[in-house]
Amino acid sequence: MSDNARANGATGTDAVKAGLAQMLKGGVIMDVVDAEQAKIAEEAGACAVMALERIPSEIRRVGGVARMSDPEMIIGIQEAVSIPVMAKCRIGHHVEAQVLQALEVDYIDESEVLTPADEASHVDKRRFTIPFVCGATNLGEALRRISEGAAMMRTKGEAGTGNVVEAVRHMKTITQGIRRVASATPDERFAIAKEMAAPLDLIEWVGEHGRLPVVNFSAGGIATPADAALMMYLGAEGVFVGSGIFMSEDPPARARAIVEATTHWDDPEVVARVSRGLREAMPGLEIAQIAAEGGLLQTRGW
Amino acid sequence: MSAADLTRPRIGVLAVQGAVSEHEAALADVGARTTRVRVPDELDGLDGLVIPGGESTTFGLVAGRSGLLDALHERIAGGLPVFGTCAGLIMLASRIDGDGEQALIGGMDIVVRRNAFGRQLASFEADVDVPVLGDPPMRGIFIRAPWIEQVGPSVEVLAEHAGHIVAARDRTRIVCAFHPELTGDRRLHRLFVDGIRGATAPADEDLKGGIRVGSQ
Repeated sequence: MSDNARANGATGTDAVKAGLAQMLKGGVIMDVVDAEQAKIAEEAGACAVMALERIPSEIRRVGGVARMSDPEMIIGIQEAVSIPVMAKCRIGHHVEAQVLQALEVDYIDESEVLTPADEASHVDKRRFTIPFVCGATNLGEALRRISEGAAMMRTKGEAGTGNVVEAVRHMKTITQGIRRVASATPDERFAIAKEMAAPLDLIEWVGEHGRLPVVNFSAGGIATPADAALMMYLGAEGVFVGSGIFMSEDPPARARAIVEATTHWDDPEVVARVSRGLREAMPGLEIAQIAAEGGLLQTRGW
Repeated sequence: MSAADLTRPRIGVLAVQGAVSEHEAALADVGARTTRVRVPDELDGLDGLVIPGGESTTFGLVAGRSGLLDALHERIAGGLPVFGTCAGLIMLASRIDGDGEQALIGGMDIVVRRNAFGRQLASFEADVDVPVLGDPPMRGIFIRAPWIEQVGPSVEVLAEHAGHIVAARDRTRIVCAFHPELTGDRRLHRLFVDGIRGATAPADEDLKGGIRVGSQ
């Protein structure tokens, strides 16, 4: 767009960054690795796609260092669909984030699914015009990311497992944290801020409003329409589905069914109807075994 | 509709996906009752409808599968007042300019261009003068926003920004390319709801005798 069309408007403001996440609410964001998958996702009703080189279960299988995707692939996906395109950078990798901004992706996921680039610091997301989404396992972690400039949150869950148990745990931990802050007295909030290692002003905001200051989706292990509906029931404002769609036997049908189940999450008849005849879901992994092998992704970042 | 309903019209918010709760809060602020619309039955008994911001392709696909899209088309063509913001504006257009096909509801004689202001990098906020609302201008939040390329003879332009039409009205149908539901400015929601009150209220003579005393 020309500067003329914007006519002295301000880009990259908090309202503009958080606003796009508000427009995604109630929707499904799907991991895709090429333009063909992106089209399938869009035609299923995805509200956005996440462009990445390998879906999390493949990253898990292949091992090694997982990095930002090839710009060529991201551009191919941008050209294939009209819905927003997100892409992942490594935790703390300022330059990968700059590259993604230069490519004009619509949202950057500073993601634990990729191998962290910095063991101490996350990206200073306030310095970017493009908004960021980040993962969290509890309220303190979510508020640390928001203080760094994240305009959208998601549970980390445990990506690439097809096992929803960690997404459930993280969502419940966040909402329990919110309830605790909301019921605390103002003087107790100082101690909670210290305990959660979260900025006091954000703890106070949460206490006053009873919710996170930005939209919160669920991610990490959602494999069925019922999983998606469960996360909505638990308070998610939308869902990310990674390996759950394209590692299943019939991706277009499953993608459509998960979209329907997310919109109609509180209508079990719809969830039942769309769940019929989807063939095999992705194979699931047991979390305890991954933990024993030191393969948990959710412990990346702090 | 009962007398009390005239002051508190029942407005549905299309809830396939998108900024639903923000519109519910804005509508409540201007004295309307709200209900979510995800299936055709939920259109029964509505005095008006809001189509929020979100992804218009998702709206078209999900609403199309449940038969809601046809029901919306029928109700809106039949005169149901409607207010569409961003994706809602697109859904109400008679045609999209540019490539790509997608399901629309129609109802406004306008041609729109999707993502006309660009991708998220170009999303912006700016003051938008809306003469029908007077001063001050609205704070327009434009997110991957469309604009209106052409309007038909029945359509009144409510606002322009940088030479492009970004808000319009056709009787009780209002569309805007930006997101008033993301700010505290309720004037456009009030214009919509007041229009419904005017359109569905009995003639002035019938109001004497105090039946319209209200919920203010």
